[in-house]
Amino acid sequence: MSESVAITAKGLTKHFGDLTAVDSVDLEIPEAAIYGFLGPNGSGKSTAIRMLCGLLTPSSGEVEVLGYQVPGQAEQVKREIGYMTQKFSLYEDLTVAENLKFLATVYGVPGKELSKTIDGALERYWLNEQRHQFAATLSGGQKQRLALAGATLHRPRLLILDEPTSAVDPQSRRDFWDILFGLAEDGTTVLVSSHYMDEAERCHRLAILNKGRLVAEGRPRDLISEIDAGVVEIETSSPRAARDCLEGIDGVQSVAQLGARLHALTDKNLAEPAKLIREALNEAEVEAEVTAVTANLEDVFVVATRPNRKDGEPGHAA
Amino acid sequence: MLRRLLAIAGKEVRQLKRDRLTFGMIVGVPLLQILLFGYAIDLDVRNVNAAVADHANTTLSRQLVASADASQVISISRAASGPEELKELLDTGQIDVGIFIPPDFERRVIDAERPVGQLLINGSDPTVERIARGLSEMPLPGQQLRSPLFEPRTYYNPERRSPVNIVPALIGVILHMTMVLFTAIAIVRERERGNLEMLITTPVKRVELMLGKILPYVLIGLIQVTLIVLVSQWLFDVPVRGRVIDIYLASMLFILASLALGLTVSTFAKTQFEAMQLTVFTFLPSILLSGFMFPFEGMPRAAQWIGEVIPLTHFVRLSRGILVRGTEIGELHMEIWPLLAFFAVFMVLATLRFKKRLD
Repeated sequence: MSESVAITAKGLTKHFGDLTAVDSVDLEIPEAAIYGFLGPNGSGKSTAIRMLCGLLTPSSGEVEVLGYQVPGQAEQVKREIGYMTQKFSLYEDLTVAENLKFLATVYGVPGKELSKTIDGALERYWLNEQRHQFAATLSGGQKQRLALAGATLHRPRLLILDEPTSAVDPQSRRDFWDILFGLAEDGTTVLVSSHYMDEAERCHRLAILNKGRLVAEGRPRDLISEIDAGVVEIETSSPRAARDCLEGIDGVQSVAQLGARLHALTDKNLAEPAKLIREALNEAEVEAEVTAVTANLEDVFVVATRPNRKDGEPGHAA
Repeated sequence: MLRRLLAIAGKEVRQLKRDRLTFGMIVGVPLLQILLFGYAIDLDVRNVNAAVADHANTTLSRQLVASADASQVISISRAASGPEELKELLDTGQIDVGIFIPPDFERRVIDAERPVGQLLINGSDPTVERIARGLSEMPLPGQQLRSPLFEPRTYYNPERRSPVNIVPALIGVILHMTMVLFTAIAIVRERERGNLEMLITTPVKRVELMLGKILPYVLIGLIQVTLIVLVSQWLFDVPVRGRVIDIYLASMLFILASLALGLTVSTFAKTQFEAMQLTVFTFLPSILLSGFMFPFEGMPRAAQWIGEVIPLTHFVRLSRGILVRGTEIGELHMEIWPLLAFFAVFMVLATLRFKKRLD
């Protein structure tokens, strides 16, 4: 990873009428790395991304992408970025090869290199067999690879992916991420929005958005170790009762059930969170095994995006 | 610049070829309309069934009957014994017009005060009624005294066939309908399917996108013109008196104006359905105020002003001039500038309204 910066945003804000979709977000996104935008639905991820590539005009704030001012120099930026939309947005009534040829021409790949570029992309994204297939008939994973192939034909310096793997199976998702790592290694900056934890975990850096605000930022590992909560795991035969008991206790922020186990987040300032919970459960006569554990990214997400305690629904991650 | 434009046009053609519905419409709409207008909506009434009861049976009376028949307005299919039988035939719907010539026909001819005979007319169809009534003003053959005040249906076009009037204008109507609709839908469809979100993140320019989108349709429009002219010549003997190149030139100008309108429509519509509604909305004034349906000169002043803005008005004048009167396009240049201006204004409007952004 190099230290140079691909994108900086200062005070990035977007209003849609009364709604503030993105609220004074400051960002610094390093080059040649995979940077994740994590947040619940409606948190402003897509809006933020669209502002970064000049598709939306910010209500206020400054953005610099690859050395260009956005939205002022948005057209120059468009030559340097590849953008993969949330919904499959290539032409379903064109074949795989026709789609790529069209995009390559639009992106200004010179005529001589056209067929070489397309052959290379088909090879790299394992689409050779589907070459003459209509895009509409591709599987979810193939469509996604085609979209990525289309977005990288012109070797963009910045690749923006809006919830790229929402419609594909785990194996396809893995393959897809392998490709992304390869691109990042070759120097491409990759910007991914997602609400999947397993995707977020793969990013080099993460920004967690909630209600338009940047609520956490950093490397996944750092975010986990610096989590603003204690994490306790409870193994019990009556999880319902345990949950009801714990949700009313001072110091417990949220309780989530994972199969037969419960995952409780407690206030950070508690010295021994496990002890508090054990005592509470004893009092309620619920038998349980209680251990303090290290947080995972989902815990980080829940802590970062939860509404102020008890004045709304507990923040469940997707 | 040109490469991107052509890439978009090429892609459009490819998609069009695979879109059977649209492809069918390119050929189907003109064919259907021309057959409808040519055969069914014949504004002219001809060969109304008629019968004659000639009680005079003189040379003059026979001449009168023959000339009524020759007018082609009525076709005398049978002879009747008298007014009673004529009435019966009328009642049973076997004829729409009955001609009764009384025995004192020759005397009546001399007496200018009295009508020479009687016309029995089926009044249940107002058009038939109106046309048949015209027979009463027919001239009597060989009589100076009764020389015609009106000589029906010889002045306008020899047989007064409506296709000759309608087809030149119909070219414009069909082009307007298909061109506006196709372009409007072509852009809105991309927006609806999400293609546009991808397209606007590419370096493609607005002008390239707009021109690339309409280029294939110019060609399609010209194909339609060819089809209409050929079919109407073949089926209805509609003349092509002017130069073919002039027809194409005039059509080209009108197609461009229609396409620019379609593009503008597309910037207002969010869904294909809305695009269709808006197209119909633009279609009505064109049909009603262009002189296609009603004579332009007969419209109120305000309607004429609006009509002058509508491209179809100018195209109707151009194509009637070129096809029917054989005028050269250069002599009709007064109709060309408005079309060019319309194209320029709406092209700029569409390009400005189309943003490479989502907000």
